[in-house]
Amino acid sequence: MALAQHEVVRAQTEANRPLEYDEDGQRHILGFWLFLATDLVLFACLFATYQVLVTHTDGGPVLSELFELGGVTAETILLLTSSFTGGLAIYEMRRGNLRGLIGWLVFTVMLGLAFIGIEVYEFVTFVGEGATMQRSAALSAFFTLVGTHGLHVSFGILWMISVIVQLLRFGIQPVTARKAFIAGLYWHFLDVVWVFVFSAVYLMGVLG
Amino acid sequence: MSLWPTEPMVQASLVAIILVSIGIIFTLTYFKKWGWLWREWITTVDHKKIGIMYLICALLMLFRGGVDALLMRIQLAFPDLQFLDAQHYNEIFTTHGTIMILFMAMPFLFAMFNIVVPLQIGARDVAFPYLNAVSFWLFFFGALLFNISFVLGGAPDAGWVNYPPLSELTFSPGPGIDYYLLSLQISGIGSIATGINFLVTILKMRAPGMSMMRMPMFSWSVLASCIVIIFAFPALTAALALLSLDRIVGTHFFTMLHGGNPMMYMNLFWIWGHPEVYIVILPAYGVFSEVVSTFSKKRLFGYKSMVASLLLISVASYLVWVHHFFTMGSSAGVNSFFAVASMAIAIPTGVKVFNWLFTMFRGRIRLSLPMLWMLAFIPTFALGGATGVMLAVAPADYQFHNSYFLIAHFHQVLIGGVVYGMLAGLYYWWPKMFGFQLVEKLGKWAFWLFNIGFYVCFMPQYALGLMGMTRRMYEYPSGMGWNGLNQVSTVGAFIMGIGFLLIVAQILYSIRHGKRDTTGDPWNGRTLEWSLPSPVPHYNFVRIPEVKGRDAWWMMKQEKGDEATSTPSSSIQPIHMPNSSGLPFLMSLAFFVAGFGLVFHQFALAAVGGIGIGICLFLRSLEQDEGYMLSPKEIRRIESAQGRL
Repeated sequence: MALAQHEVVRAQTEANRPLEYDEDGQRHILGFWLFLATDLVLFACLFATYQVLVTHTDGGPVLSELFELGGVTAETILLLTSSFTGGLAIYEMRRGNLRGLIGWLVFTVMLGLAFIGIEVYEFVTFVGEGATMQRSAALSAFFTLVGTHGLHVSFGILWMISVIVQLLRFGIQPVTARKAFIAGLYWHFLDVVWVFVFSAVYLMGVLG
Repeated sequence: MSLWPTEPMVQASLVAIILVSIGIIFTLTYFKKWGWLWREWITTVDHKKIGIMYLICALLMLFRGGVDALLMRIQLAFPDLQFLDAQHYNEIFTTHGTIMILFMAMPFLFAMFNIVVPLQIGARDVAFPYLNAVSFWLFFFGALLFNISFVLGGAPDAGWVNYPPLSELTFSPGPGIDYYLLSLQISGIGSIATGINFLVTILKMRAPGMSMMRMPMFSWSVLASCIVIIFAFPALTAALALLSLDRIVGTHFFTMLHGGNPMMYMNLFWIWGHPEVYIVILPAYGVFSEVVSTFSKKRLFGYKSMVASLLLISVASYLVWVHHFFTMGSSAGVNSFFAVASMAIAIPTGVKVFNWLFTMFRGRIRLSLPMLWMLAFIPTFALGGATGVMLAVAPADYQFHNSYFLIAHFHQVLIGGVVYGMLAGLYYWWPKMFGFQLVEKLGKWAFWLFNIGFYVCFMPQYALGLMGMTRRMYEYPSGMGWNGLNQVSTVGAFIMGIGFLLIVAQILYSIRHGKRDTTGDPWNGRTLEWSLPSPVPHYNFVRIPEVKGRDAWWMMKQEKGDEATSTPSSSIQPIHMPNSSGLPFLMSLAFFVAGFGLVFHQFALAAVGGIGIGICLFLRSLEQDEGYMLSPKEIRRIESAQGRL
């Protein structure tokens, strides 16, 4: 049951909480935070593996010499901006503005796609220079860590498209609001992980 | 590669599997039960039915793991025996360990989680019933993938810890290791989901009035166990994924070439692996706490210290993993830290043991089957704990490491702790699950045989370990002085096997002859699950109970007497229920197809499975699943059939 803009706002004001925080929504949101905890542990393991193996280049390409900070900086700006626009989408949702919500989600997806595009280009360039996943343990760890983040982002894009489809069909109501909010949480989480990838892999790589 | 096996033992297993499958298909078709199976079980999201399915799988896997154990004990009964060849022996100890931990202990726990937790906290279901079904079917298909390995292509043979470089493609080229990696990965996703599901259930769905400190101890133990699942299982996911990449994609995380580091696997594996043993033991502590209180007719002694020690153990479980490889050669500082941390675990555990003993002190003790297993647990576990502290002494561990002393230790804590705990829970909650009690006499025979068998089997192994016998050796020469002790140990294993068969016989006999449980409260219980009829109707509680203190049901009985179970007919409200769904089954089937494809490096098949998973995810995402309302009329019909109105 789609709600009109003023109905969303009224429902939220009466219950004194956002639409996605009904009883069912609270459960889902808590469950998703716990999922993010598991995902964080997964990334922690990959970061640890990367730190252990980063010097194990076996005479092959050295990561710090491969990195081009230009592309990575662009990626960072794109992803950080997309986190902001994802936040704006939820802001519009709370105001009951379906068009604003969908518009900002579409914009977020586009930024995500651009991020993935640059990452794929970077990977292809590395492979072209002989720095493949199979060349050394350091490269295995690099591609796996950064690639896992990239796969997460790709999955997040598909997920947001699915949420957009549902918003178009059902409008803003407690279930779709919850789904949009949780997809947003996931997106912010990936942004946080990227900050660590950027600092621990790229910056430390170039400086080190 | 031809899939038809050439070895007689494998051929026999394959024929047996085919015959049993045909038998099941024929029976279901003959009795026209396919629709029933689909509607009532495969698509169910009811936590009680999911729990029963976990239980059935756990018992089947206990049987398979037990047969593996007996095959090993036969091989070791005499020196230079040629009963199994080295390859088969390797496969069998690998499948024995993996199955017992991941496909027996884990589903046994999850059976108890599912059947008991919502009833104990006064909830109508778990937080995410659909996800719960996904968890079960992922476990089921993971277990299936693991079990078919023996007949299709070869079982894994690198031990249950699956250490590289042995488990790398260079040294293990067959599909066995891939079976291990993918089946554990698939069922592991299910376990993570279960951990999240029950943590949210416990935090968000308790009945009004049930504050955390009024919660039954079993639910507390599940909470502690779920916290450990959430923070430990992703490390296994990572370890398995990286090794899979090594084998399938050709990376070099753990190889001997191009800078790989096998010790990294061991660290990741045990960062999960050690918390894992606390994941399986904590709920057993919970079961014992319920059992000791009910059968001593007393409140649990030291409730707060029980909670504190559960949580302490769950945190400390992350600080001990290196004790699995003191011999790796870390610095003295590192080994000392992990040695002291490992010994420190004995402190909260000791607190719990004393609390159980004090609960019994001046209680009215009834020696029913759950209580017998509880009583057997205490000395067994105390002794196992003591040998654990011996192993934690890092310098001494250089002698004990990978010897039969270690084997005896962890069997003593895992059998004496987890298996005894789960059996106590099985006996305790059986009437709640099925509506009848298990006959005591056969159960007592099983109890004594299993216990005596346990000591006969494992005490000699401590001695064998100190005499230098190492684990995983498939034969030994006769001059080592190990012959007698090995024979005794094998006899003990068979006594345990007979004990297990008697438990099965007890269940089968009790289906016809067991005493029906008409009251719903056969043990004079203390917690909310005993306020419900047995078996419990699918909506659990007609009215969500108001909780006024610990041992909520005991308080209600004191307050209202015989009236405690009845509900006024007029107060019945419609109940919101979740819909059944076939998607969890189908999605897990797609996981199975993808896993099978990856095992044989058939990427087209794997892609088909992957697409199947994606389709199921999207179908679910786009589905508007609002559940349905159960009418008061229907509820009245069910309740009055139970004599509860």
